Amino acid sequence: MNKILEVRGLSKIYGPGCPQCLESTGPEADTNLCPHCGSVVAIHDVSFDLFEGEILGVMGESGSGKSTVVKTLYFDQAPSSGEAIFFDNDRQYDLFSLNAAQQRWLRNHRFGMVYQNPNLGLNFNISAGGNIAERLLMSDLMDYGAIRERAKALLARTEVLLSRVDDLPKHFSGGMQQRVQIAKALATQPPLLFLDEVTTGLDLSVQARILDLILEIQQELKTAMVVVTHDLGVIRLLTGRAIVMKYGRVIETGLTDQILEDPQHAYTQRLVASAL
Amino acid sequence: MNAMSHNQAGNAYNFGFLDEYAKKEVRRAILKAIAIPGYQVPYASREMPMGRGFGTGGLQLTLSLIGPNEVVKVIDQGSDDSVNAVNLRRFIEMTCPGVSTTTATAECTLIQSRHRIPELPLTARQILVLQVPYPDPLVVVEPSEDKRKTMHGEADYSRLLVKLYEDIVKFGEITISHRYPTRINGHYVIDPSPIPRWDVPKLNDSAALILFGAGREKKIYAVPPHTKAEPLAFSDVPFRVEDFRDEQGRRRACARCGCVDSFLDEFVTDSGSKTYQCSDSDWCDMQLRKARQTQGEPA
Repeated sequence: MNKILEVRGLSKIYGPGCPQCLESTGPEADTNLCPHCGSVVAIHDVSFDLFEGEILGVMGESGSGKSTVVKTLYFDQAPSSGEAIFFDNDRQYDLFSLNAAQQRWLRNHRFGMVYQNPNLGLNFNISAGGNIAERLLMSDLMDYGAIRERAKALLARTEVLLSRVDDLPKHFSGGMQQRVQIAKALATQPPLLFLDEVTTGLDLSVQARILDLILEIQQELKTAMVVVTHDLGVIRLLTGRAIVMKYGRVIETGLTDQILEDPQHAYTQRLVASAL
Repeated sequence: MNAMSHNQAGNAYNFGFLDEYAKKEVRRAILKAIAIPGYQVPYASREMPMGRGFGTGGLQLTLSLIGPNEVVKVIDQGSDDSVNAVNLRRFIEMTCPGVSTTTATAECTLIQSRHRIPELPLTARQILVLQVPYPDPLVVVEPSEDKRKTMHGEADYSRLLVKLYEDIVKFGEITISHRYPTRINGHYVIDPSPIPRWDVPKLNDSAALILFGAGREKKIYAVPPHTKAEPLAFSDVPFRVEDFRDEQGRRRACARCGCVDSFLDEFVTDSGSKTYQCSDSDWCDMQLRKARQTQGEPA
């Protein structure tokens, strides 16, 4: 299998940081707030590999740093240290040594992101079709007819009514907004997709349809995905492998079935026991 | 030079109203703007004895460029006789002794204009200065100037194109009537000041240097001579200018000179009907003179 992403020693510290930050935070210390300098160690030493067509789950409680992982990889935030290599066909990119324009190019052409809050991923003041057009225009497609066809095809694929392609997303239901976001993320057929709590806050039937959609996309397009969620049901349904995070550290990694059936770390055991 | 101009003018002001240091700064900004076509160069816009928004940016450019042998033309919406043009021209006459003014496009060396580029093609020995109210085309899609600068730097104009897309979706065509975003030399997109779409193609490969001055927003930018200027458009929905056809599909003519290839202004007559006339008053006069000459010859 082809490797898509290789992440090594990814760290993000908010605040000044001090030499004692790392030893005085983490699951053992039961905090991610350094008592000496007040810095927040959002993530430290996160490493994982992602392969073509694979879905990797990142789970953990709120504040465990799981969203920070995808935000740094999608260039929403710069990491404090660490390395990530993105393999694209026969090219490879060292993500954090690229300049801003190169990062923007990758973001627009090769990555997709679906946020928990559609506000972050969509512009509510332009139509659903316009939102998708924006991403296509970013990747230098300059033909109005072609853009329109592609936007309609994507919205049809994500089951948004075509009669609403020119409506503003702020008039859509939460589930529809999320489907428009997915359509937008898929517009450039990216090999790598980040999903940050995509189903959180939606009702169960809508959740199920969005999860079905994600699985179909993965099978059709062989898109690799990093799925961030605190919902063990989502992890079980979507992912093949998972990492469990607490206070910014990875405490357990492995096959999803293995983690859910036979959790090794005390925290994972509690997490699984409380949910299932 | 300083003392001499005091004596000549008989007043306390320097030649060209601005002090020499202010002119130098504006000239430096102009050179930078020419070196980076379409880039908005910040400069310290001076207080002028008129409100910002009345063409102070263009005026500062004009006053910094003006020399003793200059022939200056000032136009407002194509006309030499509207209030803004008359007052700016009088100001230039007062503060630049020895400089002559004209209304003839062909005779001038420096044109300060608001909202129009003259119909008569400009030449390499002329400079056109346009007054700009809003220099940044991205202001409609991004409120933060910091982010806009990054977007300009990376030539990230997709959100501006989305606006054009939305226009076509809603109205079937691009409805921007003036200030049409135009890409200069393949990178920076400029707001070409509120000139109509009719004038946008004149920016492309212009023989004359075209300068833009925004006094309130403190920016100077330029389209140097013979530089590529492309209005933003889609490959299958090309840019087009106003067409001025009547209900029967005939091109409207100027009611005064009969010209059928100029930009027309619409007037409502006392009886309530509409009439059309060249927006460029000097062009209209030229056409009239030409018509009289050809009529005169056979007689």
